[in-house]
Amino acid sequence: MSWLRLLCYSVAILGLLFSGRPVLAEDTIKLAYTDPFSGPFASGGDEFLKIFQFIIARKNAAGGALGRKFELVPFDDKLQPAEALIALKNMTDQNIPFVMHCTGSNVGSALIDGVSKHNARNPDNRILYLNCGALATELTNEQCDFWHFRFAGSVDMRAAARIKSLPADLKKVYLLNQDYLFGQSIQKDTKKWLAKLRPDIEIVGDELMPFGKVQDFSSYIAKIKASGAQSVVTGNYNRDLNLLIKAAVDAGLDVRFDTYLSHLIGGPTAIGSAGENRLSSVMEFNGNVAVDQKSAEAEKLAVDWRANHETDFSTLNFLTMIDMLTNAINKAGSTDPLKVALALEDMHVRDLVGQENIMRKEDHQLLMPFYAGVFSKDVKYDSEHTGFGWKNIMTATAADLTLPTICKMKRPE
Amino acid sequence: MEIVLVSLFNGLVYGMLLFMLASGLTLIFSMMGVLNFAHASIYMIGAYLAFTISQLIGFFPALIIAPILCALIGAGIEIWGLRRVHNNGHIAELLFTFGLVFIIQRSVQMIWGMLPMAYRVPPSLDFALFTVYGANFPAYRGFMLLVSVGMLVATWVLLKKTRVGLIIQAALTHPQMASALGHNVPRVFTIVFAGGCLLAGLAGVIGGNYQTTEPGMADAMGPIVFVVVVFGGLGSLSGCFIASILMGLIQTFAVVINTSLFDLLKPFGVTLPGDNLFTEILTVPVARIGALLPFAMMIIILLFRPRGLLGTRDT
Repeated sequence: MSWLRLLCYSVAILGLLFSGRPVLAEDTIKLAYTDPFSGPFASGGDEFLKIFQFIIARKNAAGGALGRKFELVPFDDKLQPAEALIALKNMTDQNIPFVMHCTGSNVGSALIDGVSKHNARNPDNRILYLNCGALATELTNEQCDFWHFRFAGSVDMRAAARIKSLPADLKKVYLLNQDYLFGQSIQKDTKKWLAKLRPDIEIVGDELMPFGKVQDFSSYIAKIKASGAQSVVTGNYNRDLNLLIKAAVDAGLDVRFDTYLSHLIGGPTAIGSAGENRLSSVMEFNGNVAVDQKSAEAEKLAVDWRANHETDFSTLNFLTMIDMLTNAINKAGSTDPLKVALALEDMHVRDLVGQENIMRKEDHQLLMPFYAGVFSKDVKYDSEHTGFGWKNIMTATAADLTLPTICKMKRPE
Repeated sequence: MEIVLVSLFNGLVYGMLLFMLASGLTLIFSMMGVLNFAHASIYMIGAYLAFTISQLIGFFPALIIAPILCALIGAGIEIWGLRRVHNNGHIAELLFTFGLVFIIQRSVQMIWGMLPMAYRVPPSLDFALFTVYGANFPAYRGFMLLVSVGMLVATWVLLKKTRVGLIIQAALTHPQMASALGHNVPRVFTIVFAGGCLLAGLAGVIGGNYQTTEPGMADAMGPIVFVVVVFGGLGSLSGCFIASILMGLIQTFAVVINTSLFDLLKPFGVTLPGDNLFTEILTVPVARIGALLPFAMMIIILLFRPRGLLGTRDT
């Protein structure tokens, strides 16, 4: 077994070599970032990390904030609230003033609570939670908190944009969603906005399916066919969406799929030509939006990203978030979370496309634009090299998506 | 009626895919007493290999080559891994295959990345075989049925009608005697393990484009395959067949049933006593919990018939 021993030694030596912390540049502004980097949702976390690295490299090249550069410190929360709270402890031990988090409302809810308690107990070592993708509407309503800022449209805002973008001749829809917090919340808000904006549309099916457990969707397809629906409106993503559309194509079912999340990483590749002209999604950005809005700067960003990545740059709100944070730090003249939070409130910025974004003071929800796209060949930029891309069919501005809030925020003295 | 027919066909296809996967697992278990946790991971490797090979030289060569590669990987695992830990008993073997799941998962992510692969049905099989009440039945599903039935027949003939099958069965029940008669029992074990992996690989090749080829596919199939094997009876090939078809049909039919427990009880004059915990359980439609039914059935069979449907031994 001498080779085995040799292997163990070499692994140990390699470990020692790489275990030392990387040498830090003098006095950076640390941004903690927690998301799943292992487990079934690792692909999302991994992709977001690359996007943040890209954005922060850009920002640092432009000078950072207060003459200091940003430094990204990733943590793996495995999409579990308990792990996220352990990571939070680790961040505050390192005196990191900002934590970003983009996946999972269950984790988001735990972080809001954890951050709020930590800040109340440790006024000299506070941390600010920058939420870039925990979407449950409750997080800026019932659960809203001074130390939490959400830089992503809530489920409510997405549902409003989704229903606004449905074609005028659509009369019958089938709702299919995953049976857990997010799916149920999509289901509820879809119905709410359908009743408000499109009372002419009849809901011919309304169903919850087990999350990530269904292997063969052909029975759902038979049901959808029997219902006479013209469109399936669904919050499904990943496997639950890809298999659904695949089964529909296999069975020759001719309906639209008006989705919330099919533009997420991997979706276009998995769906491919099956989605041509009948798959649509609501999103924050894509290269064709920049073309549509005639924003050379945003188009250049999308092209820069495409040059080195197989995927699409769709999360313009991440860029807006880092921009707003930079502005707030500069305005506050420090990275103190309280001062930065106060500077962020009511901040108006134009995003790279040129649309107005507003950080609402009442509930710390970013009021931002959304775009709806249909999967088509007739585009300048295709998605994930599939030959198909998102052709813009609707633009909803921040003003269109300014929805009421019931937040009663407790503010620090 | 039309939904029943469509569900019947699709349940059959899914059931046969399950069987291809579960038969390898139950074969390995009945021969070697090893419950191979990494079986669904081999299925995943089969799908990924098939994707890569079909990109290079086409789908049909992949149908042959990918399962053989999986068999070689299986043989390697048996010779250099399982055989070594075998001396430490079944717990060690169990833990070994359990660890293997994570290693394979991570390796697949490192080699092919975390995104779904664009592994598609070959154009020559991408058409509608026939139409049932306006719903197409894709030719590829017919092909899947064909491959799985062929595999079923081949396995059965090999085990029951050939000399090799005879030796395998002998090595299973009386390893010492088979060894004393001059048969190389460890090699028989290697062959059986490789054969099981071959079946899993084959399931991966035809399952990878029927579903999606992505790093989560092993996690998605793993639990349900175990349910099939336990339900059918550990080590029983025919039990495994019945269980697979049953689970396939149950899962596809459950989706179309919109009734709940309460609807069944209503004719007997049962009324809902207001909104409490049981209201939710009683009124949830079967469609919403369809995917959980196999697990419920597994619990029931474990309670009343621990050896499974056609199992021959208690475990």
